[in-house]
Amino acid sequence: MMVNPADPALSSALADATERGLAEAEIRLPPDVLAALRRAAAAEKDEIARRELGNILENIALAEERQVPICQDTGVPVVYLTLPPDVPFSPALFEGVREGVQRATAAIPLRPNVVDPLTRENTNDNTGVGMPAVHVTPGERLTVTVLPKGAGSENVSRIGMLLPSQAGEIPRFVAETMLLAGGKPCPPVILGVGIGGTFDMAAALAKEALLLPVDTMDDYEQELCDAVNALGIGPMGLGGDTTALAVKVKRAGCHTASLPVAVNVQCWACRRATVEVKR
Amino acid sequence: MNLTTPLGDEVLDLRAGDTVMLSGTIYTARDEAHLRMMEEGIPFDPEGAAVYHCGPVVQDGRLVVAGPTTSARMNRLTGFLIDAGVRALVGKGGMGPEVVEQLRGRGVYLALTGGCAALAAARMRLSGVYFEDLGMAEAVWIIEADNLPLTVGIDAHGGDLFRAVREKAKTQFHQRFNINQDTVS
Repeated sequence: MMVNPADPALSSALADATERGLAEAEIRLPPDVLAALRRAAAAEKDEIARRELGNILENIALAEERQVPICQDTGVPVVYLTLPPDVPFSPALFEGVREGVQRATAAIPLRPNVVDPLTRENTNDNTGVGMPAVHVTPGERLTVTVLPKGAGSENVSRIGMLLPSQAGEIPRFVAETMLLAGGKPCPPVILGVGIGGTFDMAAALAKEALLLPVDTMDDYEQELCDAVNALGIGPMGLGGDTTALAVKVKRAGCHTASLPVAVNVQCWACRRATVEVKR
Repeated sequence: MNLTTPLGDEVLDLRAGDTVMLSGTIYTARDEAHLRMMEEGIPFDPEGAAVYHCGPVVQDGRLVVAGPTTSARMNRLTGFLIDAGVRALVGKGGMGPEVVEQLRGRGVYLALTGGCAALAAARMRLSGVYFEDLGMAEAVWIIEADNLPLTVGIDAHGGDLFRAVREKAKTQFHQRFNINQDTVS
């Protein structure tokens, strides 16, 4: 069944799904992230680090108990849609997501974080020009995935246009990103690494890598993760064994003369949720 | 150690890495509030005060969540507060060398676990606000704290746990990637 491009029902269903997804993501951590934090707390040897991880686990439990956001930096909304063949790519999708963000901001509530980049004027509803960021890919079902992104970790993310001969230096670039970041991004972090593509695509891949489950890492991801943890920055930069819970990598083909590498830093509160749109 | 505001010389006994529980009135301030206070003066009594780097979520006069923000953004905006008698800065991520010097012999920086906004709010009660026109995140909120669990990040003797960890991380980094320290900035 084809859907009318201006279908208000579709827009409204997307708004509902976005609002539900944000509520889920802001209040409850995904099980894979929670499990990674518990494993880290059990393995951590540093006393201060254990205390910090204990506070984090207590905070997660309190957020769920009180039905409040995990962190007061409720982030800016980053949204991924999958679109089945019978749903047209239309403004109704974007309007629905936008309305869902506005409703979630008032209902949960979320901190209004979105401002004009130069005047710094706050829109008070977490929307703005080009915000929420909405990325659309084809899929089998109509789904909304939300990734509310906080600023502390976003601000220390980096992109490097390495030389093609420098593939071996990627672990150094990734570790250096955390060395420069220290405690600022609220470690233990999850690092999304985008390798290849173009300048912009590497950054997009790095962010998409944050959507991947953190309970498995391939050998390359493990190597990067070990390099970061060897720094001993620890939870909150107070020292310890746990600097990164996981490193996840996404790749794309690139120009023979280029090697873009982007590292999107994510705090321990890796909030994400996927909701299927009812229609 | 248990600390209650207004704070006095007891903070001088603390050492980086110590655990403390903080109770009493504290005041939130982020970038915009610091700028406003520099222009118009500090709206609360700064003597022995604790300033909390935080932009909470507030709804119907109640704190919903209130975790710490990145303190380093306030590095260049903090001296006037310590000069006025502020004894404790509470936040996350630590602060720059200028603040370590400003705290020497006068006050401490206390780290609250970043992201622990529900935990913090469970131990806080909202009692008032200054500069509400700056918006929810940037206003100065007056908060009654009850046993906030904190780690001394910077003490009054130049001790800086964040710096010690950073130095160690730098050494590890240089060793792992065989970088000659003399040739790298």
